[in-house]
Amino acid sequence: MTTSQPRVVVTGIGWVTPMGHDIETVWQRLLNGETDITPIERFDARTFPTTFASQVRDYDWKQFVKDPALHGQPGIHTQFALGAAQQAWSMSGLDQSPNFDPHRIGIYLGAGEGVLDFQSYQKTSLASREDDGRTVNTVDWGKAAEQFLDGIGEVEQEPNMPASHISREFGIRGPVYNCLTACAASTQAIGEATSILRRGDADVMVSGGTHTMLHVLGVTGFNRLTAMSTRNDDPNTASRPFSRNRDGFVMGEGSGIIIMETLEHAQARGATILAEITGYGSSADAYRITDIHPEGRGPAAAMLEALADAGLDPTQPRDDGTPPVQYISAHGTSTNENDHIETLSSKKVFGDMAYDIPMTSIKSMMGHLICAAGAVEFITCLLMLRDQVIPPTINLHEPDPELDLDYVPNVKRETPLDTCLSNSFGFGGQNNTLIITRG
Amino acid sequence: MTRRVIISGVGPISTLGVGIDDTWNAMREGRSGLKPITCFDPGAFPCHVGGEVDPEIFKVRTIVPKSYRKAVKVMCRDVELAVGAAVAAIHDAGLKTPGVDNEDGHVISPDRMGCQIGSGLIAADVQELTNAFVTSLGDDDEVDLERWGVTGMENLTPLWLLKYLPNMLACHVTIVHDCQGPSNTITCSESSSALSLGESMRVIERGAADACLTGGAESKLNPLSYYRQTCAGRLADSSGLEVHDVVRPFSVEACGTALGEGGGLLLLEAKDSCDARGGRARAELLGYAATQSCNHDGMSANGEDIAAAINNALRSAGLDHDSIDAIVPFGCGIPSIDAAEVEAIESVFGERASSIPMVLTIPYTGNCNAGNGAIQLSIACRCLETQSLPARLNTGTAHCTLQVGPADAADADLSHILVLSASQGGQNTAIILGGAS
Repeated sequence: MTTSQPRVVVTGIGWVTPMGHDIETVWQRLLNGETDITPIERFDARTFPTTFASQVRDYDWKQFVKDPALHGQPGIHTQFALGAAQQAWSMSGLDQSPNFDPHRIGIYLGAGEGVLDFQSYQKTSLASREDDGRTVNTVDWGKAAEQFLDGIGEVEQEPNMPASHISREFGIRGPVYNCLTACAASTQAIGEATSILRRGDADVMVSGGTHTMLHVLGVTGFNRLTAMSTRNDDPNTASRPFSRNRDGFVMGEGSGIIIMETLEHAQARGATILAEITGYGSSADAYRITDIHPEGRGPAAAMLEALADAGLDPTQPRDDGTPPVQYISAHGTSTNENDHIETLSSKKVFGDMAYDIPMTSIKSMMGHLICAAGAVEFITCLLMLRDQVIPPTINLHEPDPELDLDYVPNVKRETPLDTCLSNSFGFGGQNNTLIITRG
Repeated sequence: MTRRVIISGVGPISTLGVGIDDTWNAMREGRSGLKPITCFDPGAFPCHVGGEVDPEIFKVRTIVPKSYRKAVKVMCRDVELAVGAAVAAIHDAGLKTPGVDNEDGHVISPDRMGCQIGSGLIAADVQELTNAFVTSLGDDDEVDLERWGVTGMENLTPLWLLKYLPNMLACHVTIVHDCQGPSNTITCSESSSALSLGESMRVIERGAADACLTGGAESKLNPLSYYRQTCAGRLADSSGLEVHDVVRPFSVEACGTALGEGGGLLLLEAKDSCDARGGRARAELLGYAATQSCNHDGMSANGEDIAAAINNALRSAGLDHDSIDAIVPFGCGIPSIDAAEVEAIESVFGERASSIPMVLTIPYTGNCNAGNGAIQLSIACRCLETQSLPARLNTGTAHCTLQVGPADAADADLSHILVLSASQGGQNTAIILGGAS
């Protein structure tokens, strides 16, 4: 990092999650080690290999926007993002800054695609079969689509729609991006938004992510991959990162949005600075479609790059003997492979000091918000820095003997913190790491 | 000091062919690749014309290393196109990777090579899903979710989901060519390729990589994607029209766009490292900017915001608008977007606007969506290299004074070319390329 480039700070945060729709409620529940994972309500999943999920409930996006008519019929991913964005925007005080230049504000989201209307889709496809009862006639399919599918709903599934709606809500006209790198997306979005601010292409960036895959084909897809927990008899203990008998991730949904700006811009308008983003690293596994490199090559590279970007040496304790980062927000999905390799790569990066750095996974409580997971975990890191306390990794009663780091099992821990590292790794091999420092 | 960033290889893929030579030759000769669509019957939709990549010319199996042929099974069409484009770009750059001339090993170290690819909302194959649906029908002849959960879903291959994730384009490309640097997938409709290039530029500038494969690829030539484009009101009504009359950008007759499958990848590289490896720059990336049109319908573009992108790109290049010698607009044939581009170009270039040659790609390839920008950029590079312009196809009656009417290929003095995009969703980009020096 050169000294001339702008420092990047966070001035607003917001989320819509399965554990609540406002920052403080969800934060308290995380500190309490709560969880709220229940049978899937959105469709009949009773016979699916996995029958439960971590679900956003009782959420009304219309309460968060200036004028719902401005947004027509947004998809669920957009609905989540609008609520989270409004919270972050109002916390940042930008709504009270009448003189902002809309061309100097951008958006970088890691938003997933919207939800395919399965019922109408299967109806369309089945209604357009040839006499053999199987072959789809695409002319008939097109006609049936007119009849059964909702045109606006289809268009609103585009992954850039959440960003588009956010730009509409706040009148944003600067650079706008959406990236979609599976479970790494919103961490990558925040990292690249940092890069845009440092380059001087904007003064303010709205960043984060939003996603739900809680629909028939989403759950089907992950069940076919055998990536999800099937602990149907006890959903609340199903997400058990680093535990010996972990059996896959628990699907969650929601959105986390943050307001980032250059330090100079934030100071000039007298904004409250919540934290500084000091490092970002990104790498690709370039290994296999489904597997992570067995030595954790990619995750380690992302962490090392982020640490170097923040000017931190992972092998050097600070003057008081504490590690250069005092907390790691693990990707921690509760799959056998992830938790194993993440532990391995932390050791690779930090050596013996890895044992002195608490590493937890809030996915143990909230499930895995896929594209939105990184942003929600980033926000949690900010709250940890604010309150000097680490929420626990719950459901960790039988540790995996090979996983021997400090995962803060089951009970929160108060501890001095000034620098956190947050990891996200995606299917497809993208690895992203952020370093967050107390503001 | 910022690193200078150049384009050292281009790999377009479209109905015109694979690689820059076939693409360029077709455009020099004024041969459009648009034809009646055959890969599915679009009879229920307004536009029956598109740009298909000929399956006889492009077979992904034949271009991946032998050891990777098994993975072809889990590639959807969009992934195939990206994998094809990557090989073409690497060939053009004279590079060696494990995917190309693998016995010679790497030229650029794997951890110094990134990959940013624009990609679309990929539709799962309707037939593949229907084959599974019919195994779990209920009494009403619809999918019974109870049966689907027990046995129906098992008719989908275990890796089914991974065929259709947008980041699988970059996933496969990074594996084939062993790119271990930063990798991302940008999903902003027709601005995806250009935004990916902007991101690759930042990655190289900040020193996180020395070279990046960048661009995009997409195919919307399938019933669901085609239906979505129909709902968004983007497709031309081809009924009663000759094939060459369907896409008429900037004309009073324009009534929408036609879709193509394709896109391209470019090798973006730091000038210092390209020089060091003895590579050759085809063009230099001088200016880049992105803006957003936050219109309430989320669909249309706004001239003022496109103009802001152009002005910001000029500023970042340190150039005056007088320096722009040619423009490759998005030029898709959707009247509101065409009009916004005209408004932007006229407001930035004033009286000079009508004398700047415009290069139109969509009448040749169809609108390749997330991949479209990569085709525009590839052509712009070749224009700079050859100091010439391709032929311009347009059978419409221009509604503006810009140079959008039919024209033969011609030599031209070209120092700087402006490349534009304006996406469904409101993302605009402006990129300025200069000749390699």
